[in-house]
Amino acid sequence: MTTTTLHDVRFIEPAKTRNYLNEDYGFFSWVLTRDHKRIAILYLISVTIMFMVGGFFAMMMRLELLTPEGDLLTSDTYNKFFTLHGIVMIFFFLIPSIPAVLGNFILPLQLGAKDLAFPRINLLSWYLYIIGASFGTYVIISGGVDTGWTFYTPFSTQYSNTHVFATTLGAFIVGFSSILTGLNFIVTTHRMRAPGLTWFRLPLNVWALYATSIVMLLATPVLGITLIMLMIERVLHVGIFDPALGGDPLLYQHMFWFYSHPAVYIMILPAMGVASDVIAAFTRKRIFGYKFVAFSSLAIAFLGFLVWAHHMFVAGISVYSAMIFAFLSFFVAVPSAIKVFNWTATMYRASVSWQTPMLYAMGFIGLFTIGGVTGLFLASLGLDVHVTDTYFVVAHFHYVMVGGAVMAYMAGLHYWWPKITGRMYPEWWARLAALLIFVGFNLTFFPQFILGYLGMPRRYHAYAPEFQVLNVLSTAGASVLAVGYALPLVYLLLSLKLGRPAGPNPWGAVGLEWTTSSPPPKENFHETPVVTWEAYDYRGMMKAMGETQNV
Amino acid sequence: MLIADFPLFPDQASTMASKVDNLYLFLIALCGTVSVGVFLTIFYFAIKYRRRPDNEIAEDYEPPKILEVTWIVIPSILFLGIFVWASWVYFQLARVPDNSLQIYATAKQWMWKFQHPTGQREINELHVPVNRPIKITMASEDVIHSLYFPAFRTKMDVLPNRYRTMWFQATKTGRYHIFCAEYCGTLHSGMVGWVDVMEPTAYQTWLAGGSEGSLASQGEKLFQKYACNTCHTNDASGRGPVLIGVYGSSVMLSDNTIVPADDNYIRESILNPQAKIVKGFGPPSVMPTFQGQVSEDDLLKLLAFVKSLGSTRTAAPAVASPQSSTTTAAAQTTKEPKKKP
Ligand code: HEC
Ligand SMILES: [Cu+2]
Repeated sequence: MTTTTLHDVRFIEPAKTRNYLNEDYGFFSWVLTRDHKRIAILYLISVTIMFMVGGFFAMMMRLELLTPEGDLLTSDTYNKFFTLHGIVMIFFFLIPSIPAVLGNFILPLQLGAKDLAFPRINLLSWYLYIIGASFGTYVIISGGVDTGWTFYTPFSTQYSNTHVFATTLGAFIVGFSSILTGLNFIVTTHRMRAPGLTWFRLPLNVWALYATSIVMLLATPVLGITLIMLMIERVLHVGIFDPALGGDPLLYQHMFWFYSHPAVYIMILPAMGVASDVIAAFTRKRIFGYKFVAFSSLAIAFLGFLVWAHHMFVAGISVYSAMIFAFLSFFVAVPSAIKVFNWTATMYRASVSWQTPMLYAMGFIGLFTIGGVTGLFLASLGLDVHVTDTYFVVAHFHYVMVGGAVMAYMAGLHYWWPKITGRMYPEWWARLAALLIFVGFNLTFFPQFILGYLGMPRRYHAYAPEFQVLNVLSTAGASVLAVGYALPLVYLLLSLKLGRPAGPNPWGAVGLEWTTSSPPPKENFHETPVVTWEAYDYRGMMKAMGETQNV
Repeated sequence: MLIADFPLFPDQASTMASKVDNLYLFLIALCGTVSVGVFLTIFYFAIKYRRRPDNEIAEDYEPPKILEVTWIVIPSILFLGIFVWASWVYFQLARVPDNSLQIYATAKQWMWKFQHPTGQREINELHVPVNRPIKITMASEDVIHSLYFPAFRTKMDVLPNRYRTMWFQATKTGRYHIFCAEYCGTLHSGMVGWVDVMEPTAYQTWLAGGSEGSLASQGEKLFQKYACNTCHTNDASGRGPVLIGVYGSSVMLSDNTIVPADDNYIRESILNPQAKIVKGFGPPSVMPTFQGQVSEDDLLKLLAFVKSLGSTRTAAPAVASPQSSTTTAAAQTTKEPKKKP
């Protein structure tokens, strides 16, 4: 067995012959594949389609909100659009995006493994996703659903006459896809690390995916149970949540948020992992306080289970339980704050590149910081009473989930694109898109903080005229954002043909994934790698390179 | 012209508004400083340490570990402070002052119905006197709604299965928005209205403008209509307990627990009598359930009536309006025993 060390990180001959993309051809070689890289591509295509669908609904909503009157869409259509926007973006885009696309592709590579622990289960996850998504598509085509993505009872069980059953069934099924992915990642991380790859040599991305997987595995079943109970009540009229049948609507909210708060961490934790890897690679530096950042992922995963009722401060919980949940909510912010400061400190006396992934990563830190601190506003009980269920909340979670998770997804997509496809994307266009996304994003969502404090409730089809100026700004921003998101779709696709060949390690980054050819061969590594270096060991790499050059 | 249409801050029209706003402004200052600090630092580092040929690899420098301890400890202390401050505000929002003027609200898809103790009913419009604490007891007839007064910085979800109580004290006369803040179906965004804050004298004039009798007296009529009085007589001869003095007292139940007879207890007694049975009257209770037969509006009237029976010996009625006052209605009902059919 030969040892792959840092010495040859940059100088491996790209495998010109065989890689996972040209190993096999034909439709069935894709849809029946067990290769985690191909499954990642399947997910990439699926979530991109879902992102476009969800984006369409968002754009229609923003257009409706150009004027205070409800003139473009009917109330029912508007209500269906915000519901579908939420469901599609959360269940079918954000939750699978980083773990199932980037994680699927990169995790085995970062571990030096041939594949995930259970390749067939991995394929099954994708099929479950597709079945869930088919239900979603059926709902969209056959008339939609209007409960909001939160499915609050008794509205969802007794009053809505849209396709609640099919939608919840879809969300239920797609939940199993995440459970299985989480299971697969946990086992893989425990069992399949390359020789020498100890836990503290793992890239922070692996730590983050590991923490995410724990949340997916433990929280998603609760969502499943909740949705089943909802379906039972809706179809069989068994009273669980509906007071008219003897149920309790607050029970639903507790159960729903017990999953859906941790779900926020399913979206943001992997984003933090990607950001850590990208920042290390583009500052050529070890992340400051590696262990703190690693453990803060686990701390967030754990604390994330204890704060669900902060969504319910005005919903009818007691003053004292509100206080406990508020207290814990402040403390779930501490590990996130640690990360932000550590990333910033990493840039000190670093070698900062301005390439696209780093632009996204810097955007991520900034926007995630705003998302995080506005979370403190919402955890502040007396203030939450005023701003909850207003646009302030809408702005807050878009800063976290779009400003945070999607920015990091874009960072990761550009960072690993050369590895995934073997081609470079066009740097200039990519920087332009990153800039447009950053500007468009802020223009869309910053005004919404002000709108929220002014008192504009969320999920409003028509609104009071004094809110118009801010809404127009927001819609203007959304159009810029749309262009920003459309650009990568075009140039990334074009780069498949026109992009310059990337070589194994175009960024000069440390990490096992960069030691194999791009695109990697079907079995990932030509020889089993043996790890002798710490994570992000840029000094070691440079020393090694110096020696090689001197020879 | 545009600037006038472009407010950055909502009206401050209640005693709580400035307290909430102070917290908000403090958080903006604190979090704004931190966020801007982070941006500027990132930007500065990104330029100062940008990759150049002589800077291909980062310096071998790790900031001192103590930094990390700093940014664990300092935020934690700050968070604790904010938590205490915010809870203090929340407690005030939650604690209804004793001398409040009682108003009832029912939410239904997609309107707000308000009832004054003197009997006036309004839809999507609420008249209240300035500088007087107003207490709203409310329930929903269908789904969950949320009664939101941005100018007063308060909101509360309205539930279909129990009464909830919120309060505010307006400090400025004027018209302010009422919004429904919890998504409730098709016309959610149309479930809006206005609260009219008036000078006390103007409010009295408005009150005098006509009513169908006090809520309690309307409740008394319903008490007969639903034949409650067949069992709940004014002496121990009836099949049900005497209701005089029940409201606000403590009731001993058949399982020997003692519960306070508050709004929700009365509500449950009517809708689900078997849930809590008064000692000596079961189980099972002979009282039929009125679930599905009594509308939320009527339920509130019955509640007002039962309340008037109970509160006679304690508090004076909330509104001291000259005519059709609750005092007389309540006093009459307690004095005259009800006629059995
Ligand atoms: C068939 C007789 C009967 C009728 C009709 C009836 N009740 Fe009752 N009610 C009872 C009995 C018996 C109890 C005590 C057992 C219990 O708690 O359920 C009771 C209890 C109550 C209580 C709780 C009293 C306490 O001391 O705690 C309230 C309030 C009440 N009823 C209100 C009403 C109202 C309002 C109506 C009409 C809408 C009504 N009842 C109709 C028999 C009746
Ligand atoms: Cu409503």
